[in-house]
Amino acid sequence: MINKEPVITVKNMVKKFGTFVANDNLNFEVYKGEIFGFIGANGAGKTTAIRILCGLSTPTSGEMNVAGYDIYHQTEKIKKNIGYMSQKFSLYEDLTIAENIRFFGGVYGMKITERKARTEEMLERLDLMAFKNRKIGDLPLGWKQKLAFSIAILHNPKIVFLDEPTGGVDPITRRQFWNLIYEAVQKGITVFVTTHYMDEAEYCDRVSIMSEGQIVALDTPENLKKQYNAINMDEVFLKIAR
Amino acid sequence: MRTLFYILQKEFTQIFRNKSMLPIIFVMPLVQMLILVFAATNELKQVDLALVDYDHSASSRNLIHEISGNPFFKVVTGLNNSQEAEDLLMRNKVNIALVIPKEFDKELTTLKRTEVQVLVDAINGNAAQLSLAYLSNVIGAYSQKVLIKPIKPEFRQAKTIEIKSTYWYNPELNYKFYMAPGILVVLITVVGMLLGGMNLVREKELGTIEQINVTPIKKWQFIAGKLLPFLIIGLFDLAFGLLLAKLAFNIPLRGSLLLLFSLAAVYLILVLSWGLFISTISDTQQQATFVSFFSLIVFILMSGLFTPVESMPQWAQNLDFINPLFYFVKIMRSVLLKGSNFIDIVNEFAALSAFAISMFSLAIFRYRKTS
Repeated sequence: MINKEPVITVKNMVKKFGTFVANDNLNFEVYKGEIFGFIGANGAGKTTAIRILCGLSTPTSGEMNVAGYDIYHQTEKIKKNIGYMSQKFSLYEDLTIAENIRFFGGVYGMKITERKARTEEMLERLDLMAFKNRKIGDLPLGWKQKLAFSIAILHNPKIVFLDEPTGGVDPITRRQFWNLIYEAVQKGITVFVTTHYMDEAEYCDRVSIMSEGQIVALDTPENLKKQYNAINMDEVFLKIAR
Repeated sequence: MRTLFYILQKEFTQIFRNKSMLPIIFVMPLVQMLILVFAATNELKQVDLALVDYDHSASSRNLIHEISGNPFFKVVTGLNNSQEAEDLLMRNKVNIALVIPKEFDKELTTLKRTEVQVLVDAINGNAAQLSLAYLSNVIGAYSQKVLIKPIKPEFRQAKTIEIKSTYWYNPELNYKFYMAPGILVVLITVVGMLLGGMNLVREKELGTIEQINVTPIKKWQFIAGKLLPFLIIGLFDLAFGLLLAKLAFNIPLRGSLLLLFSLAAVYLILVLSWGLFISTISDTQQQATFVSFFSLIVFILMSGLFTPVESMPQWAQNLDFINPLFYFVKIMRSVLLKGSNFIDIVNEFAALSAFAISMFSLAIFRYRKTS
């Protein structure tokens, strides 16, 4: 199913904040069309790594390539080809759903007809057509998260980075959220997701488990479960963490 | 260009959706024009004067009569000794005290010369000098009257050079004409320095700037998007403030308004960039407000708005070379009151433009999409 064509290549990624090493020599590749999970406890260095790959933070050292572009010199080209959904909810709460879509679609340079068609399709899918002129701030968190994701992939990026996208939402909404992720993958978008929910790790094609700034395991959930003789990812994680 | 359009569309939607925005745009000019212009005056309208008369003679009564007849002085009489007058000075009940000594009448008639004592509260040196000068004038006029009276009229003419003065540009010395243009500068400076900067830092506080930073929006587009809406609001407030000043004080609008507004646009770009620069180096609205406020106070007090720049020490005058308010206060006053044209203020224009371009570039340079 995966043709092993790398869309993200990371070699010896190091990020230090003073003497604290947040990312200690990370090496991995993400293949086109897969769901790549970054699993780890809070403070393991997941967010730092994702911020570097999105161009929000500069690494201390290492070679990184995202969507075919070098992370040091072609940051702006990378930005055209990725979507990002941060841990902190970051659509404009004082703007309506439609206004947020218009703005983000606009700054990614989408054609107006294309934007309108995709907006329509997206709001139908999320069942939010009737709420199009509601301010984002008035919506429940679960809806906001689904909207933030849908807007992050509105411009049809090659890769979408999701930083703990389902934090604080109920299990049903999380399930729905993952359905949206699968649909994005169907469209050919590569998904890079961080989470600390172990059931979500099961939904990934491959997961890398981070601990104290290092990648301690990287494989498919099946292989990891076999390797650690565990019945689920939760057990794998506990065995590695111990 | 299309990207900038979408950014501006978003900014304007947010600005006008913000409920505190309309009051800021309209109430600020109203308060500043209709209250501050009256408050910021150096004119002395009336001085409270304590009178102690130890002589109780015809001459002393005449002098008191002269002083009481002058609308500038509000006279407190009925004091028994100079100690009481000093008490009144101490308790800020009067600003100045006049003590007429016992032998006043006698000395005046026999010796043709005498003395009175004047005590002035000089906490505010300017006001003290001014009220003393007024009082000296009144007393001087009185002594002329008493002493020169017996002499024949043909000898009365003092043989001195007579000065015939005309006050130009503001013939009635109307202080409001002088202050209103200056207060208008403060108005648009506050709009420029605070509103734009606050807006940018707010995106940092909310975290929405992260989402902006992962988009292909260019740095100049983002900064321009924060600058342009407030440039328009600033110019609008200038127009509104001018209208108020015209209606309330009938201030003269002698120069070209087109010239004035073009210069105001350059000036606003400068102060907005300054505010935006501050917000690129601040993480919270508190930090940004503090730094902006601090620079605002320094700029205002050094600008020559309230106190003449010429009376500052030379080194402080040199510092005004980089004070945007210094230039713009000058421009506003000369264009409005003198009717200066572009050539008259070309130096100020050149300075403002150079600073505006550098500050705008600095704000863009300092704004980081990557931390």
